[in-house]
Amino acid sequence: MNLDKKITDDLVANDISFVTTVPCKQLAGVIEEIDQHPDIFHIPSNKEDEGMGLCAGAWMGGKRPMIIMQNTAIGVTINTLATLTQYYRMPLPMLISYRGELREPVACQVEMAVHTKALLAQMNIPTYHFHNQSDVEELDMILKYTFMCNKPVAILTDANFWGGYGDQ
Amino acid sequence: MIRSEILKEIAPILKDQLIVCNIGIPSQELHAIMDQPSNFYMLGTMGLASSIGLGVALAQDKTVISIDGDGSVLTNLGTLPTIGNNMPKNYILMIIDNGSYGSTGDQPTYTGRKTDLAAMARAAGCDNVVEVQDVDTGKALQEAIDAQVGTVMVVKCDSGNAKMPVITMDPVIIKDRFMKAIEA
Repeated sequence: MNLDKKITDDLVANDISFVTTVPCKQLAGVIEEIDQHPDIFHIPSNKEDEGMGLCAGAWMGGKRPMIIMQNTAIGVTINTLATLTQYYRMPLPMLISYRGELREPVACQVEMAVHTKALLAQMNIPTYHFHNQSDVEELDMILKYTFMCNKPVAILTDANFWGGYGDQ
Repeated sequence: MIRSEILKEIAPILKDQLIVCNIGIPSQELHAIMDQPSNFYMLGTMGLASSIGLGVALAQDKTVISIDGDGSVLTNLGTLPTIGNNMPKNYILMIIDNGSYGSTGDQPTYTGRKTDLAAMARAAGCDNVVEVQDVDTGKALQEAIDAQVGTVMVVKCDSGNAKMPVITMDPVIIKDRFMKAIEA
């Protein structure tokens, strides 16, 4: 299965047309796919809270937004999630590269991985964890759920889901 | 002039425009001077007025004016390259630069010393950057609205705040009426 294409097709099928990204090695393929898709406006952000501001504006302006980022960004965006996205009750699907999980080669990534689910739980953010490739079949339902309930929703995608790091 | 005097003077120009207003006293002043459904007040999240306004402008065709501050732009400096590289014609970022963090007690920011926000915006890729003095704000804003080229304004003014009540409107109401104003 081509995960990058499957994910992008699900976004388009759910009318998501405004996507902001802060890159991750694991997300490089899907970011490339989104960047080239004619139905999606791709705007890279310099920091994830900035990206959430862009998404809030795009939502109010009539577009369905999404943010793509690493799990380290949860440490950056707690205030924005609480006082913007949640306080004003806006939907925001967050496709998150879950670094520091199984098959991770960089030890420091584990330091935020161990906090990621606890922080999301503390924020009452619905959280899904894609570990096997077949988990991607739920993405379409998760996107529909996000725009039904008008909440930020986290989709954590680990190294095993993406197929590991090749020779590492 | 201080920020509230500028807002009072430009209120007729802001009428019926889509406005995204910075957190704290700027939103309280705008709310007290001229509340309208097309005002989006930020109640939290310092620094993101410029990003939210850019998102609204990119998503639809009506003119959007973000009223931001020097302190808030400094806290989200990554916004300037994003604006510079994606500037839509219908966006105006108006930075009220009073050289201080007004909402927290007028502590000085670096723009009152050596830092030049207009030069930073130009270096970040913003093509239309105008720096004006407080008394010229209305004229420059009207020109930016009429030009429809995407403009960053840096308005140099005095530090100081008007005493206005806290906004008690529910955030979901603020959002809802703003979205309806966009659709109208």
